[in-house]
Amino acid sequence: MTDLAKNLHTEHMVINMGPSHPVTHGTVKFLVTLDGETIVDFYVEIGYLHRGFEKMCENSTWEQVFPYTDRLNYLSPIINNVGYALAVEKLIGIDTPERCKYIRVITSELSRMADHYTNIAASALELGALTAFLYFVEARELVWDLLESFCGARLTSNYIRIGGLKNDLPDGFKEDTKEVFKRCRELWVDVDKLLTKNRIFLDRMRDIGIMPPDEAIAWGFTGPCLRASGVPYDVRKAQPYLVYDKMNFEIPIGETGDNFDRYLVRMEELNQSMRIVEQALEELPSGPINVDIPEYRWQSKDDIYTKIESLIFHFKTVTGGIRVPPGEVYFPVEGANGELGFYLVSDGNGKPYKCRVRPPCFPLTAAMPRMVKGALIADIVPTFDMVHMIGGECDR
Amino acid sequence: MTAMESITLKKLKEKFPDSIVDTHSFRGDETATVKKEKIIEICKFLRDDNELLYNFMMDLTAVDYYGREPRFEVVYHFYSLKYNRRVRLKVPVPESDCTVDSIISVWIGADWFEREAYDLYGIIFNGHPNLKRILLYEGFEGHPLRKDYPVRGRQPLIGPKN
Repeated sequence: MTDLAKNLHTEHMVINMGPSHPVTHGTVKFLVTLDGETIVDFYVEIGYLHRGFEKMCENSTWEQVFPYTDRLNYLSPIINNVGYALAVEKLIGIDTPERCKYIRVITSELSRMADHYTNIAASALELGALTAFLYFVEARELVWDLLESFCGARLTSNYIRIGGLKNDLPDGFKEDTKEVFKRCRELWVDVDKLLTKNRIFLDRMRDIGIMPPDEAIAWGFTGPCLRASGVPYDVRKAQPYLVYDKMNFEIPIGETGDNFDRYLVRMEELNQSMRIVEQALEELPSGPINVDIPEYRWQSKDDIYTKIESLIFHFKTVTGGIRVPPGEVYFPVEGANGELGFYLVSDGNGKPYKCRVRPPCFPLTAAMPRMVKGALIADIVPTFDMVHMIGGECDR
Repeated sequence: MTAMESITLKKLKEKFPDSIVDTHSFRGDETATVKKEKIIEICKFLRDDNELLYNFMMDLTAVDYYGREPRFEVVYHFYSLKYNRRVRLKVPVPESDCTVDSIISVWIGADWFEREAYDLYGIIFNGHPNLKRILLYEGFEGHPLRKDYPVRGRQPLIGPKN
């Protein structure tokens, strides 16, 4: 009996996945070298959605950056808005009113929920579970309706402002949220039943794309993917911003760091986010939502039309942008996908000298070759789903 | 700043007295400007020293201070999980010798970040195994985040150039 492997003529096959491929939601290209079905080499090519975010920011006023931040992680735009606003506020050295902080927490968590819903729904869909996809897309629609009720947009919210908010929450928001969450919880239970003990789902997810904690740290993992590896790092707990220190919530962590743990962490984070929103709505204080410093935050329309000082400040900030003192800051917030940091440099003019985003999915995507080498080609699908690369954020 | 928080800068100054050019803490962000020759050693020290343990390389980017000498600064952000601290390192890089040592040997996650800084600023990272463009395509001319690159400097692969 001759050795089959030695005598049978086989050679590696290189295939392209993407840039337009059902698995690569967001345009990204994989160059996969295969030995049969086993991945021998894996190369990720990104940049298809590069729009020059930083260059645009450097040529906009500080306020004009907000719509661009919406388009970074377009599944949770408000977290990007909040991160940028907090970074600028840190650079200026101002603090927002309590009510504003609460509303920022509420909207951030709603955004995070929408992001996790999309992630789990899309993953389920790609592994063949269309029903779970439909359920979570329904939940996301409901959350988006809430977002629409206070900022008028579903996807590109542009809701947060430097030193405040675009507008206050609408009347009856608390009751609406209560109803939406009731339905979201039902859908959560349904999806949990459909996926968590589903044999096919388990086989595709469990023990795939394992990342031990020390390696995850070395690769720069943050967010659900890091916590799935058992490292309890969450910016909301480690270095609380806004009013997260007053909120009562827990950080779910995984054990093995495989795709299934990443899924479980995200599922539990949905519940924790709902908890945070409910607490924040319960404790929501009344009061102003904007800082009363006309150099940085526009006054109300009534004041602008009736008071000369307000009109002057309005004119100056609209035409020339706000003046942010020179200096540099880094401010991290917990994005839906990990640590979202803004590194800002100001030279004292009306425009950011440098506006850098630390995109959480960038190091995660960079570690894709490490996670799939030696696995089967079908394992790319769940691993890339759980990495949750967002083109707009990764490529900027 | 409290005494606890400035331990990083204090230890850095003690350990590398000749390499630390400047330190400051603006808005609570501790920053050390260091000479580029020792960057790998300093990174290793920050990562491995028992009182520091900066195990996360959170961010790596560059800034172009056009018209100033040295023109570029490579900016690193580190985070210590154990002590819950952050520190920023800045490495001035002159335009005439636009290189700095790669820190991939210390944090493997620096790979793509360094490629990005190379792509957008043209800073060469010595010892990087695969220093290619990452966000832009091969054949792109210039480095768009340099301040002397025109804002409307279009050079698409397909379609009219300006």
